[in-house]
Amino acid sequence: MIPTAFFLVLSIVLFVLGVAAFFIKRDLITMFMAVEVMLNSANLAFLTFAKSSASLDGQVIVFFVVTVAAAEAAVGLAIILLVFKRKNSIQCDDLNVMKG
Amino acid sequence: MALLLFFILASLSAGGVVGMIVSRDRAHSVLFLVLAFAALGGVFGLLDAPFVAAVQVLVYAGAIMVLFVFVIMMVNRRNDRGPEKKKSVGVFAAVLAMGLFVELLLAVRGILPGMGNAGPVGGAETAGLGSLLFEKYLYPLEITSILIIAALTGAISLAGKRGPK
Repeated sequence: MIPTAFFLVLSIVLFVLGVAAFFIKRDLITMFMAVEVMLNSANLAFLTFAKSSASLDGQVIVFFVVTVAAAEAAVGLAIILLVFKRKNSIQCDDLNVMKG
Repeated sequence: MALLLFFILASLSAGGVVGMIVSRDRAHSVLFLVLAFAALGGVFGLLDAPFVAAVQVLVYAGAIMVLFVFVIMMVNRRNDRGPEKKKSVGVFAAVLAMGLFVELLLAVRGILPGMGNAGPVGGAETAGLGSLLFEKYLYPLEITSILIIAALTGAISLAGKRGPK
């Protein structure tokens, strides 16, 4: 048997790694992948709490999170493609139009 | 045995994310992330959520990551390996991440001991999940389908636009 607390700690570790990846990487696609990592760690936390409280509602929430993440990925990647067509680059340092 | 499996899967998923961070090539990053998400699907399976585990592998490690791979194939160029990162940004991110880690651990410290055990002993909970999804959460489910349609048409109309060239 595995202590459920381990899963929560793993979820925290993944979330922190996602935040770190978001700040370390400089191109839009990898930053976007970091957001997906954070969403997944939230899913893991939902499942952990669903398990520890013996209810299935947490699993349903995970479905909605996955669905919204899929929608977000489709729109976000379309926006990234649009940025690439316009700027010919997807480095976030090149997106400085609004810099004062 | 289950504990060993958990540690293998957990280190695979965390290691996959670390590999995503350290690899310079975007294609390698996305492959590391597929590994991480597939391993995370296994972790979901250990939490008595077999259907969510299947959805995780099919939708995340399959569909969404394939979308990423396609976009990377469209925008990747050989001389576009990413600029040299400033050292200060990396140090700042590491400090921030450590701070956040400690903070989150402190936040959940109180509930960690009393959470009980989990093991791969799952029964037929998928049926309960389905009835919950189509009874209690019917309206959210339908709204989600509208969201998917909107995102689909939005993505097509956005990506189909011509650039100013």
